[in-house]
Amino acid sequence: MTENTAGRETAKNTNECYHCGEDCGTVPISFREKLFCCNGCKMVYEILSQSNACDYYKYEVHPGLKAGNGEVGSRYAYLDNEEIRGDLLEFTGDGVSKVRLFIPAIHCSSCIWLLENLQRLNDGVIHSSVNFVKKEVVITFHDARISLRQLIEMLAAVNYIPQLTTDTLQKEAKRKINRGIYYRLGVAGFCFGNIMLFSFPGYLSVNDAVENLLRQNFGLLNILFGIPVAFYSGSVFLISAYKGLKKKFVSIDVPIAIGILVLFFRSAYEIISGTGAGFMDSLAGLVFFLSIGRWYQDKTYQALSFERDYRSYFPVAVTIIADSGSESIIPIKNLKTGMRILVRNQELVPADALLVKGDGSIDYSFVSGESSPVARKEGERIFAGGRQAGASIELIVEREVAQSHLTELWNQDMAGMEKSTRWDSILDVISRYFTVMILLLSTVSGIFWWCYNPSMAFLVVTAILIVACPCALAMTYPFSLGGAMRVFGRNNFYLKRTGVVEALSRIDTIVFDKTGTITRNDGFGADFGSLAVSHDQLHCISSLVRHSTHPASVAIYRQLQGFAPLPVTGFNEVPAKGIEGHVQGHFLKIGSEEFVTGTKTMTAAGGRVFVAFDDEIAGFIGISNQYREGMKEVLEELATRYELHLLSGDNDAELPNLLAFFPSRDHLNFNKSPREKLEYIRDLKARGKKVLMIGDGLNDAGALRESDCGISIADDIYHFSPACDAILESGRFSHLPYFLDFSRTSMRIVFISMGLSFLYNVVGLSFAITGNLSPVVSAILMPLSSVTIVAFVTLSVFVSARFSKFEGRS
Amino acid sequence: MSVILVLVAFSVVLAGGFLAAFFWSVRNGQYDDTYSASVRILFDDDKPRETTEQATPAAKLMNEQLPNQ
Repeated sequence: MTENTAGRETAKNTNECYHCGEDCGTVPISFREKLFCCNGCKMVYEILSQSNACDYYKYEVHPGLKAGNGEVGSRYAYLDNEEIRGDLLEFTGDGVSKVRLFIPAIHCSSCIWLLENLQRLNDGVIHSSVNFVKKEVVITFHDARISLRQLIEMLAAVNYIPQLTTDTLQKEAKRKINRGIYYRLGVAGFCFGNIMLFSFPGYLSVNDAVENLLRQNFGLLNILFGIPVAFYSGSVFLISAYKGLKKKFVSIDVPIAIGILVLFFRSAYEIISGTGAGFMDSLAGLVFFLSIGRWYQDKTYQALSFERDYRSYFPVAVTIIADSGSESIIPIKNLKTGMRILVRNQELVPADALLVKGDGSIDYSFVSGESSPVARKEGERIFAGGRQAGASIELIVEREVAQSHLTELWNQDMAGMEKSTRWDSILDVISRYFTVMILLLSTVSGIFWWCYNPSMAFLVVTAILIVACPCALAMTYPFSLGGAMRVFGRNNFYLKRTGVVEALSRIDTIVFDKTGTITRNDGFGADFGSLAVSHDQLHCISSLVRHSTHPASVAIYRQLQGFAPLPVTGFNEVPAKGIEGHVQGHFLKIGSEEFVTGTKTMTAAGGRVFVAFDDEIAGFIGISNQYREGMKEVLEELATRYELHLLSGDNDAELPNLLAFFPSRDHLNFNKSPREKLEYIRDLKARGKKVLMIGDGLNDAGALRESDCGISIADDIYHFSPACDAILESGRFSHLPYFLDFSRTSMRIVFISMGLSFLYNVVGLSFAITGNLSPVVSAILMPLSSVTIVAFVTLSVFVSARFSKFEGRS
Repeated sequence: MSVILVLVAFSVVLAGGFLAAFFWSVRNGQYDDTYSASVRILFDDDKPRETTEQATPAAKLMNEQLPNQ
């Protein structure tokens, strides 16, 4: 979680930003003898040092994340709206309010320190506490001294920006954490310890009056402790078995439930009738070990969400313009048809609307998969979900949020989502045969003993059901796959639940989305082939684009590394058009064709950035999609084992490039709507394929859900990603083949350990069928099998992870 | 020898007390976030210092080196 040791070793490196640790470049900003890479980082430091909060830098070296430009402006003005405020606050009264905020930036101990010392920054804060696992902070504050807006602006100023989306406002029951497993585990462990002590006299074959007295009383105590074990801690297994049977489904919980019930009632009978010591210690051990397995299996990444829908993509509030021209802010749920709304640069269009003022340059990449922004003129319709890139626009809402094109698509997908035949886990298949076999075996041996020695029949039948209880078998799955899931998690590949490992191991077909999945979201490649300039002029271009954060500028700057920046005067950026400025006496204009040349010709898809020196056009720089690093190797590696497909919502401009990567033209599909993507997957599945879908946007949501396993790829895993089975951090894309390999290794471990646990069962059954299963044998065999299986599995997963190609650290 | 029954009764009550304490700690949320607490305990419990930034460069260096220990 923290990389403090590594960070500290490099701390003496002088050119690192004091705040975020990034290289400061050639012109660091110096402030109080400390270097900063940008003004944002310096500002955060200034705020902290003014508030005596410099201890922030004491607990970690370079604890900050690179700050943005720090301009908050009126971004959070909507928090002054009474209704939104009320929705966000968890509690308010007596001049004190409490708010719970999700802050994805929380990542180290310095974060915890700062966020729990907010009262140093503003004395209106009474108390704040961080939940690191959920990346949440709960803040109590005096309304009179600091408003909610000021509070959030203060957090934003120190670069801990809370995530506020429509989803945040849902006060769902989801918030409740399930602590039941801890209670059940605690009870089982408590009873297990006590029962073992009280069972001890039963194993001694001394036979005097005192010993008998103890044995009887201890037996009764054992029954007393056995009741909560079987019916409280064990209730999960009983209930799950019952629910499964009602649906005519035999899960691993059925033989376990039979085992628990038989153990309890036979032991109670033996103790009360005085015929034996009972198996209460075996029962408690069984339930305790199984509960540990459940606890290990149920690990979840609480700060991640695998169930997101469009609501967590939408903002909380929207600016509306009244007829009188005055602006006001309303919660998005109050948005009605016919309202006039204002959408600023980088804001989302929340509902289907008609553009009435301004030039729209709408980035639909997340919604439809189109890679370049779409230009929209006044009078044209804009669908919800697009992001405006450029100057503010005004729109008139045509349909409410819940009925928009985007939302409908979502609801439609979900309606058709009767998940066509979820595959059976290997565990389900095995437990089905296992249960049938055990029942058969106990019946046959019951009949045999009934003919041979009727008094033994009951004992043998129950003994078989006890010893066959697949404790070790039930432990293999959670421990091996839970272990694999943790290995993946360490390598920035986060699974929703352990079962996904098995799903991954089974797939034979991989379907990729294009935009944002195999191409990078953040970067474009720049091609200087059509630009006729000298080396010095390139130097000027590099110096100018350095001042702009537009993706094209960033791409150009990245390609022109190695120039020391020249001073720029009169820099001006016209949003969505271009930039201009004076460098070394030249007047440079870089931007769209219209901006630079004044004319507009229809050009093919794919961006072109024009450059002019002193109003003389020097040509253009081609801007194209950039594929993820290691794309070629990844696809080559995968093609040897899997069938590869491509599903793109974008046009086929990139087809020639993609043909180099994908083996077959037939598997490349362009201009697919989200619905068509879903149907494509369904079609593949109908042909018996096990499909892995890898996507990133809302347009892939349906396909991700429909596939056997859906991986959502994200640059920032805590920000929006559509509902899926697993989230892969984009930097780890090149490890995908190794991850898939490792999932198969994990399944192999499961198979081997299942074989081992069967051996234990055979040994146990040989005792049981011959009528020799004593409580001692059971009490030894059961924990022995569980412990060895768990040890074997954990060790194997650890070792194979160690030798895998992706585990960078030891 | 039957005094052992009395002792057993005591031990069960005592152990039950620990179980109750465990229940309390779970309900109190101590198992919800097992990471923060491990870090929080290392924080210095000092009052906000007025002179943090006026410290001499040497003292500052000391401050920065503290986490190394």
